[in-house]
Amino acid sequence: MRELSLNILDIAENSLKAKATLVEIDVSMENNTLTIAIKDNGCGMTEEFLAKVTDPYTTTRTTRKVGLGIPLIKMEAEMAGGSFDIQSQLGVGTTVTTTFAVDHIDRPPLGDVGETIMTLLTELGDTRIVYRYNANGQGFDFDTLELQQQLEGIPLDTPEILQFVKQLINENMNTINGGMLL
Amino acid sequence: MKTIADIQAIRDKMKSQIVVRDKDTSDEIRVIVGMATCGISAGARPVFNTLMDEVANRQLKNVKVVRTGCLGMCTLEPIVEVLEPGKEKVTYCRVTPAKAKEIIDKHIVGGNICTQYLIDNEE
Repeated sequence: MRELSLNILDIAENSLKAKATLVEIDVSMENNTLTIAIKDNGCGMTEEFLAKVTDPYTTTRTTRKVGLGIPLIKMEAEMAGGSFDIQSQLGVGTTVTTTFAVDHIDRPPLGDVGETIMTLLTELGDTRIVYRYNANGQGFDFDTLELQQQLEGIPLDTPEILQFVKQLINENMNTINGGMLL
Repeated sequence: MKTIADIQAIRDKMKSQIVVRDKDTSDEIRVIVGMATCGISAGARPVFNTLMDEVANRQLKNVKVVRTGCLGMCTLEPIVEVLEPGKEKVTYCRVTPAKAKEIIDKHIVGGNICTQYLIDNEE
């Protein structure tokens, strides 16, 4: 993956496939640590599946018996002086948490998070997405529930609305830390 | 800082333009983009968003762009499938945003398949 926002899209897509009604994406930077956490209330995993989820030959998909999303983000975090953790409970949900050393030479750029969130909003159905960004004590939240209340019935995936969301997220992230992570 | 409340101006503009979609989907063209790990890492996100933008800009009401998982040919990603009612499925591979624009222009709007991007050429 060229940027971490693509990993976020990849993991969050899994949350949507797991029929989550709430997906929470947290990106935070404190001192020299970038933390990305993706939490859902989807179907979760059995203990047996969870134990081997970082194995690239473990997947739920049927087209090919490889699943690279989780192993990739784990490898990227560990190569950038960070860590990987996954917690999951069947019927409750899954949380993937990764950390990266911000100044590590092998840390991929965070990339275009606005475009990732915008992509997730198409055909979102009844799922609520919450995105939180915090950097050194400053932050902002984006919540599709709040947006839908403002929209008064206009579909979330109307092109003008999607563009607004992308700009809202990227402009606010830039305002907070001058775009140093982007 | 920009807030969600700033959407009001866009919302008010959209309200006057909103068109209730016809529920009949019998003439709907579906453009499907593979967006599993393989697709995303190969560049499916900008391809998907380009297709969405083109469909919106050209106001193609009977075209729906959707995401799906792995299409089973990871080395040929990004893969885009076009499903038109009554016609055989068309599969494009190694699609870029520029090719995506061309697919909308020549295939979806013009009715001519972009044969140079077909997956058949890879086999």
